[in-house]
Amino acid sequence: MQVILILITASLLVATGFLIAFLWSVKTGQYEDDVSPAVRILFDDETNQSDNNSKS
Amino acid sequence: MANLKTDQKVKCFHCGEYCVGDTTHYDEKSFCCLGCKFVYEVLNENQLCNYYELSDSPGTTRKNIELGERYAYLDDEGIQNKLIKFRDAETAHLRFHVPNMHCSSCIWLLEHLQKIDKGIIRSKVDFIEKELFIVYKPVETNVRKIVEQLSLIGYEPELNLNQVDKVAKKKKVRTRVLKIGLAGFAFGNIMLLSFPEYFSGGVYTGEDFRKVFGYLNFVLALPVFLYSASEFHLNTIRSIRQRTINIDVPIAIGIVAMFLRSSYEIFSGTGAGYFDSMTGLVFFMLIGRNFQDKTYEWLSFDRDYKSYFPIAVTRYRGQIEHTIPVNEIQINDRLKIRNQEIIPADVLLLSKNAEIDYSFVSGESTPVNIRKGERIFAGGRLQRGPIDVLVQQEISHSYLTQLWNQLPDKSSRKSGFQQMVSIISRWFVLGTITIATISFAYWYNIDITRAVNAFTAVLVIACACALALSAPFTFGNMLRILGKKGIYLRNADVLERLADITSVVFDKTGTLTELESTVVEFHGDDLCDEDLRNIFSIASSSSHPLSVLICKQLKSFSNRDNIQNINEIPGAGIEGYVNSNYIKLGNHAFAGINSVDKTDFKNSRVHVRINDETKGYFLFRNKYRISVKEVADKLSQNNYQLSVISGDHEGERPYLEKMLNNKSALLFNQQPSDKLNYIKSLQDKGHKVMMVGDGLNDAGALLQSNVGFALSSDINNFTPACDGIILGQHFNKLAEVIKFAKAGQRIIIISFIISLFYNALGLWFAVQGTLSPVIAAILMPISTSSLVIYTVIASSIKARRLKLR
Repeated sequence: MQVILILITASLLVATGFLIAFLWSVKTGQYEDDVSPAVRILFDDETNQSDNNSKS
Repeated sequence: MANLKTDQKVKCFHCGEYCVGDTTHYDEKSFCCLGCKFVYEVLNENQLCNYYELSDSPGTTRKNIELGERYAYLDDEGIQNKLIKFRDAETAHLRFHVPNMHCSSCIWLLEHLQKIDKGIIRSKVDFIEKELFIVYKPVETNVRKIVEQLSLIGYEPELNLNQVDKVAKKKKVRTRVLKIGLAGFAFGNIMLLSFPEYFSGGVYTGEDFRKVFGYLNFVLALPVFLYSASEFHLNTIRSIRQRTINIDVPIAIGIVAMFLRSSYEIFSGTGAGYFDSMTGLVFFMLIGRNFQDKTYEWLSFDRDYKSYFPIAVTRYRGQIEHTIPVNEIQINDRLKIRNQEIIPADVLLLSKNAEIDYSFVSGESTPVNIRKGERIFAGGRLQRGPIDVLVQQEISHSYLTQLWNQLPDKSSRKSGFQQMVSIISRWFVLGTITIATISFAYWYNIDITRAVNAFTAVLVIACACALALSAPFTFGNMLRILGKKGIYLRNADVLERLADITSVVFDKTGTLTELESTVVEFHGDDLCDEDLRNIFSIASSSSHPLSVLICKQLKSFSNRDNIQNINEIPGAGIEGYVNSNYIKLGNHAFAGINSVDKTDFKNSRVHVRINDETKGYFLFRNKYRISVKEVADKLSQNNYQLSVISGDHEGERPYLEKMLNNKSALLFNQQPSDKLNYIKSLQDKGHKVMMVGDGLNDAGALLQSNVGFALSSDINNFTPACDGIILGQHFNKLAEVIKFAKAGQRIIIISFIISLFYNALGLWFAVQGTLSPVIAAILMPISTSSLVIYTVIASSIKARRLKLR
């Protein structure tokens, strides 16, 4: 039965990883504009050197 | 009446509008105006024609391309510094609000600005906020150049200095999302860890596991209690300090009770605790809050009045012009207002005359003529400039500002519903504490542990979720449905006031009549084709709305002839020579006509003189909306009292009487103050009045009414006095909107009854001291989610029945 403890620890670690990923994505504003990134990726880039990290 | 032909339609390659008048051809493409052609040329030159491939005719029409000195104030260092968000030795950052962006082509073009202006390093769009973020090299370009460049290609940025608030709002939304995420995470994991306990009662897991699970739950619940639920705690403390009880108090009591009891059970090893119910409650409540905030921010009604105003103005000091920020304007300053600038304060006109477009504040599209010495209200846009003005009032005392400042009167009147919620909250808190104490007293002599159990269990299970959730979800869903139908309300309170309406007052001009479909008739001598062609040529060189209407009517003449000595006098008319004919178009004074036919002087006229011979006049007749009769019939069927107030003369009385039922009141020749007083008199008779008007001249009446609607063709132009905007084409839905609002109240009351049932069930277990965590964990999510589902589905069904979907 002790194996359950290991499994729970593992599952909580994974879950915490996703929680941190979520917190990070909210903090960097990834949920704020969900239209332009979807459109932007379809543009043919000729000279598009703009880096996509939003400093907003 | 003259014979007016229409031609086959050609769409402008740039903006997609039908070409009226002088179609310009360039590069085998047609353009409706020189502005559109210019944008095409600029884009073509910079190899940016991809713009036209991403969507069809993505541009906005560019009829006015003269910027002149409009952005001259951006050369001022101090103002630049206010706009620049960040600056180092080589680069500077700018952020603009660009209301015009609307499609993928816009995104593409705005992100390729570096091709047009080499000084721009990169630009990035936030489409949802309609914001443009620019990084540029100050050495190679400057703010004014960038703004002018943007304006020229049709993406004029909206400049104002108080954009700071927006960042704060964004931050608030982010924090809320973080809190919800954290609560949801904890809720799910605690639920998982609690399952063994629920299903086996701890038999299979054994004491060790039970302890480990308990501690884990505690660790997971702690941040939820301290961080996610913090706003409930803080609001409770605040409300207790003010000696009132608001909706957060019962919620916070429940959360604290659950947390303390669960911690005790876990550390004393007596039970599993209610952490799953607690985190679930916080999770649902926060979602409800988020929904509520979203619906309150539906439209930016609470835009500060300052966002209407320009950033800076030109002031004369002696004879020298200099630029000052708008908030430094003082009484008796002499200002220079340029073409297309917005009047920042209430001023007197010092120049001879001016034409002011008040559509910004009133939605009324026809410009108003102002003569020397007359007052111009803040918020109007100058049509032709420049003019000199003398400041009469500081910005904070202007008419427009006062309209904003009067607003709290209306919103601070606590709505009936809020009052009801706060009364119920008070009784709810009182009720739960009484029940808890009684059950404690009952069990006290029998079993002290059970007494404590019962006491806390009552606090745990009594859930005020209906109070906190049903109104936001019902009203939120309703506002969303109405918004899709072109009916925008300021907030949820409006829906509630709408349900109590007993009397409806309409303004006539611009409300019952439709400005967009004005009928142009020519009265007078029959004009030959050559005359019409000459009139067209003259009219097409003016951007006055009446000239535009004439051109629209005479659009069979697609090319205009050469005009000489053209002279346009604002507020009077336009004259010039076409093919050596001297043409004059204008008001009767301008055309030199003395005898004015008094019968329908209110309809605008443009008189025509050719070679000093009076030919007749164009008459602009307003048409009634098709749906007026339908709406009036529906409203009077439901026993609403109808009135029509109008600033016009009685000429239309027979027509209106035919359209409305005979019980309706028709008032003519009403001044704005009469309109206000009429509404007051109705209210004194006990009526709850809805006013449907169009803007500034009935702003007082809109404000006085219980619900003031403005009819508009553009949701960005509305008077701050109104509670809601109806787009013109959705006017026919008015009766249904009121019905819908009434249905909303019924839905909320039913949801209260449902929640009463859940609470009774929970309390039945709680007072006996037998509320197990499992029952709480089942009851709590079911009651909240079923309430939410009921309110959303019921309001959607109602909307479908009323054909609002």
